[in-house]
Amino acid sequence: MELFLISLLNGVTYGLLLFLLSSGLTLIFSMMGVLNFAHASFYMLGAYFAYQLSVALGFWPALVVAPLLVGAVGALVERYGLRKAHASGHVAELLFTFGLAFVIEEVVHLVWGKTAVPYRVPAVLDGPLFTLFSTNFPAYKGFMMLVSVGMLVALYALLTRTRTGLIIQAALSRPDMVEALGHNVPRIFMLVFGGGAALAGLAGVIGGNALVTEPSMAAALGPIVFVVVVVGGLGSLQGAFVASLLIGIVQTFSVGIDYKLPGFSRLSVSQLAPVLPYLIMVLVLIVRPRGLMGTRES
Amino acid sequence: MSTPKILGALVAAGVVAASSPSWAQVKIAYIDPLSGAMGATGERGLHEYEFAAEQVNARGGVLGQKLEIIGMDNKLSAQESLILLKSAIDQGVRYIAQGNGSSVAGALIDAINKHNERNPDKTVLFLNYAAVDPDFTNDKCSFWHFRFDANTDMKMEALTNYIKGEKKVQKVYLLNQDYSHGHQVSKVAKAMLAEKRPDIQVVGDELHPLARVKDFAPYIAKIQASGADSIITGNWGSDLALLVKAARDAGLKADFYTYYAGTVGVPAAMGDSGVDHVKVVSYWSANAASASSQKMLDAFKKKYGVLDDPYSQAIRNSVELLVKAMTTTKSTDPAKVARAMEDMKLEDPFGEVVMRAADHQMIQPLFIATFVKAPPGKYKYLAEGTTEYAFRQDTRYEGPATARPTTCKMQRP
Repeated sequence: MELFLISLLNGVTYGLLLFLLSSGLTLIFSMMGVLNFAHASFYMLGAYFAYQLSVALGFWPALVVAPLLVGAVGALVERYGLRKAHASGHVAELLFTFGLAFVIEEVVHLVWGKTAVPYRVPAVLDGPLFTLFSTNFPAYKGFMMLVSVGMLVALYALLTRTRTGLIIQAALSRPDMVEALGHNVPRIFMLVFGGGAALAGLAGVIGGNALVTEPSMAAALGPIVFVVVVVGGLGSLQGAFVASLLIGIVQTFSVGIDYKLPGFSRLSVSQLAPVLPYLIMVLVLIVRPRGLMGTRES
Repeated sequence: MSTPKILGALVAAGVVAASSPSWAQVKIAYIDPLSGAMGATGERGLHEYEFAAEQVNARGGVLGQKLEIIGMDNKLSAQESLILLKSAIDQGVRYIAQGNGSSVAGALIDAINKHNERNPDKTVLFLNYAAVDPDFTNDKCSFWHFRFDANTDMKMEALTNYIKGEKKVQKVYLLNQDYSHGHQVSKVAKAMLAEKRPDIQVVGDELHPLARVKDFAPYIAKIQASGADSIITGNWGSDLALLVKAARDAGLKADFYTYYAGTVGVPAAMGDSGVDHVKVVSYWSANAASASSQKMLDAFKKKYGVLDDPYSQAIRNSVELLVKAMTTTKSTDPAKVARAMEDMKLEDPFGEVVMRAADHQMIQPLFIATFVKAPPGKYKYLAEGTTEYAFRQDTRYEGPATARPTTCKMQRP
């Protein structure tokens, strides 16, 4: 029971972090029809910016400023890079974001070095939140959940309850019509790209110190985020939410299972934990190509 | 020609002479991770090699030549290491140093064996300062490989001898990295515990991916649920630092029996939660270092930072033994040097150590130490990266007591 509850909490925390990261990606994907390979790089930038800012100003200002900076970087990338590449078609866009991921990684190498930086959890949150049976649940994980859920609610409200949200939603499915109605669709794209990058940046700010802030963090989390978007369904925020939690919980629980696979005496489910998300993605693509809650086939 | 011009020419000539041609250097290629998750561990090793070389060079070098360390980043990959090995050999390097990852060391040993067989006039020697897979000094032993760390079996022997006297150890959980080293630790821990403490119950035997887990909380939850009172782990680098960090966050009370708790990043990650709970078996015990070697320790701290602990004694031993062998044979030819290193003795900070000829395994004292709170002034040398913790030496096993039989049938060229 203790193992179950603690694993569930750990899984939900991880899942919510994944959601924060993938919500921006899924919006960008559905709007532009291109997988942004550099999305996880914005997550990494968020963590490094937050590290630098928290050294100078402390954690709390960093929590606000770092995502805004990442969002600004994202908007600039869209305005002066992606928009130009867009004219040459999807392949060019794809290659652009692919290259951008490498460029960002090299920049991080140059500026912060090749090894992890000491980005720490703030002292106020460095302790147990509550004790479940005999295991402490860290306050910082509670904080991560709070921020993620807060952002989820804010995002949902923005998209469904405001005029901006309605225009964004319309631009997602019918960009030509929205443009014909006099809206500046390229500017909406820029805002959404910047907003998505900012969300990834925020995930970096709260994930960088809970995990590790190092140059390989983007490459480590990037593929998982794609899995979330594909499993959840392209362009579906609800789908991304369900898929994030699903993958977070599956990965956490599979660590706890010692069941040996029949025929493989050496291999247990817990050793397979890192592969499971990809297995889920492959299965979903075979059985239900549009994902759990996706609305379109491509 | 005016005087300033002559002076200028002289200075220029002097500069050229001082940066002596490359053939007058003994080069050691250091092939280890200098980036990524284990980059910090690899970087520390590089610093210790450079420091050891500087010490030798300050004494006038070896046979009139300077030692030069060439750092090469293998990203903890065996394939990458083989490419670097090739490039090092092409640069004329005849001595290779590596330590992080027995998976890498195994690949290097095979490649060096092959190279030396094909190029008997251009042989290469491998200084292994930390890859502890026992196979390298048993069935897979090679004339060209020398190990300066104690291997997994030797360390586990010391650790289980200690556990034999710790009656409170009842339920043990084994958590290790999923590659050759972690497999060895798990295997030998089970065998030795069964022999020395049959009453101990092994409640978990877990392997996790090497250098890929960033949050160990799910593993800690599992350990908590198993009811283990002690954890034995061969984890190193960030895999150990993150493990103890997760244990601290979850408030896990179990004791840790580790191989590498003294290494970079780990003591700082443990903090108060590790006090009296974390033990380490190693060849290093800073506060037991001889008075003369304390100068070396102080010099290292002065150069790299007062909080840095030069715990990789094996690195300095490898350089010193190499230099001693070169001086004795008056040669830098690896084949001659390798023969001279066999059975060669060396005085290290903790007494006399010897390179066993039968399997090229360094025989040296081993220490068991506990991570403790250090009251001001009680310990001269504190734990790596901390200002208020130290390792208290619990037991010292002399070299001969740590030696184990070998199955090696050394093939000498």
